[in-house]
Amino acid sequence: MTSGDQMDSASPADEQILAAIEAAPAVAPPRIVPGGPTTAATAIAGAATSQASAVKVSAQAVNISYGAKLAVRDVSLDVSERSILALIGPSGSGKSTFLRCFNRMNDLIPGARVDGQVQLDGEDLMHPEVSVVELRRRVGMVFQRPNPFPMSIYDNVAYGPRRRGNSNRADLDVLVERSLTRAALWDEVKDELKKSGLALSGGQQQRLCIARVLATEPEVILMDEPASALDPVSTLRIEELMRELREAYTIIIVTHNMQQAARVSDHTAFFNMGEDRAGYLVELGETATLFTKPQNQLTEDYVSGRFG
Amino acid sequence: MTATPGPTSLRRTRSGRTIVADRVATGVLWALGVFVIVVLGAIIVHFIIASIGVVSFSFIFGDPSETELGGVGPLIWNSFYMLALTMAIAVPFGLLAGIYMAEYAGDNQVTSAIRFAEEAISSVPSIVVGLFGLIVFVNLTHWGFSALSGALALTMFNLPLMARLSEQALRAVPADERSASLALGATKWQSIRHVVLPLAIPGLVTGIILTSGRVFGEAAALIFTAGLATPTNYDYLNFNIFDPQSPWSPLRPATTLAVYIWKTNSEGLSQYAAQIGDGSSAILLAAVLVFNVAARFVSRRLTRRLTAA
Repeated sequence: MTSGDQMDSASPADEQILAAIEAAPAVAPPRIVPGGPTTAATAIAGAATSQASAVKVSAQAVNISYGAKLAVRDVSLDVSERSILALIGPSGSGKSTFLRCFNRMNDLIPGARVDGQVQLDGEDLMHPEVSVVELRRRVGMVFQRPNPFPMSIYDNVAYGPRRRGNSNRADLDVLVERSLTRAALWDEVKDELKKSGLALSGGQQQRLCIARVLATEPEVILMDEPASALDPVSTLRIEELMRELREAYTIIIVTHNMQQAARVSDHTAFFNMGEDRAGYLVELGETATLFTKPQNQLTEDYVSGRFG
Repeated sequence: MTATPGPTSLRRTRSGRTIVADRVATGVLWALGVFVIVVLGAIIVHFIIASIGVVSFSFIFGDPSETELGGVGPLIWNSFYMLALTMAIAVPFGLLAGIYMAEYAGDNQVTSAIRFAEEAISSVPSIVVGLFGLIVFVNLTHWGFSALSGALALTMFNLPLMARLSEQALRAVPADERSASLALGATKWQSIRHVVLPLAIPGLVTGIILTSGRVFGEAAALIFTAGLATPTNYDYLNFNIFDPQSPWSPLRPATTLAVYIWKTNSEGLSQYAAQIGDGSSAILLAAVLVFNVAARFVSRRLTRRLTAA
């Protein structure tokens, strides 16, 4: 069963999304091309106001392979703006690999190849003229292991903006404070911004990494098991933070923790590893539905803890 | 399960043999370590004792002499001059080559051939490098014996070594840091410049120290390239680098301290050859020590400034 089938049988709101997918590529000119950040920003704002729950990112018939090995087979799904999509599934089901096609981090792996359509605001982000630098500014990423740079807290947060040539101290001060505040870390670190980011606790480090992403003012945030290396209290803080960030950002999170998926996400996609060892999408649905009334037996077995 | 473990069961889990093997291994490693330290210590102590009565203000700063003990001032100058000249060539090019090999070049047969060549060339016997330098940098260029010819000969094995060590230092930077930078929308070069290089500084400094150690100690490669002329009457205030009389000029013969040790002791003309050798060796050891400590100090300061570590 593909996600397309489910979309067809879904609510009118989802049909609106479908209509939006079909309309978007036609009306939206390429926007992630080099040199166009300002036009991109205005175009996004326009899109956001005209369509309340527009599709933010979409994957159509995506296949990802490493060399001869197929890692992800034929995945199609859409993520609507300002929502959280959780990708769950057993190890090897291709969740993380799939996540990385949205900011083209798979480009970094020699021999990796992504086929199919991946779109951000209806624009093909696999297009050869797409600037991955601009794409990654708009689609931020938080990694499994907290990985702050070995720099001060301030420099960590200012890293992204500085690389884009913003060196105005006053601007950066504002941006750093705002990003750390949004990442719920400001109160804990405001008096020691010069301290090394590595001196923070694991949970704080991960919030620093989130602040660092927020400082680049992204629209989409990808999170690859962001809490798996953290203690339960830090995990809850990250989850709370995700619910808050959802007001302004589109979030896709990979998680092994089903409770976490159930707690934070609006939609959940269940991935499994096929007999050919390639990951594929089994079922996609609203989180509450997927966990309580899954349509697929495999999903039911997985969410009830019978395998995986 | 078998018998209920008694209160002493913890102590019996390892058999007597394992414990003996463990102790023997520890003992052997300890003895080898002590042996190495003793040998090194003996060398250092020997030269310290032997240099007593030789090393003085006039020995360190004075001119060499054929009839008396003389001094080694200009030779120390030449050693540092050659060091600076060689490193000025080897460090930037080696670092850039290392960056290219670590970050840009793919993993294929060409790059593995380059890596093999780097390691092979840096271990070519230095007398061979000296003869090559004589043909290419002395005769072909018509520079004659000169500091520049010597520096280029030293670069022959220092550059590949520096390239190889920089590549290793850069590769040792965790992939997480690179990914984080790229995922924030930094370009590849920005990621290298702002994240990878600062993190690689300690490794790069190790590379610089290892390569420069060879400059201080090298004699064979310099005999045929930088020359054996005994330098005297250096006018250190003559900054005209195009004047072959100026100690700042790269196009003048530049006998280094290591070459001078070899020269005085092989020619046997000076009756003070042994003392000159002892004193010069002590100074050479001290110079290497000072250079290493200084390099580590700069490295730590730089790392702290760039990484807030």
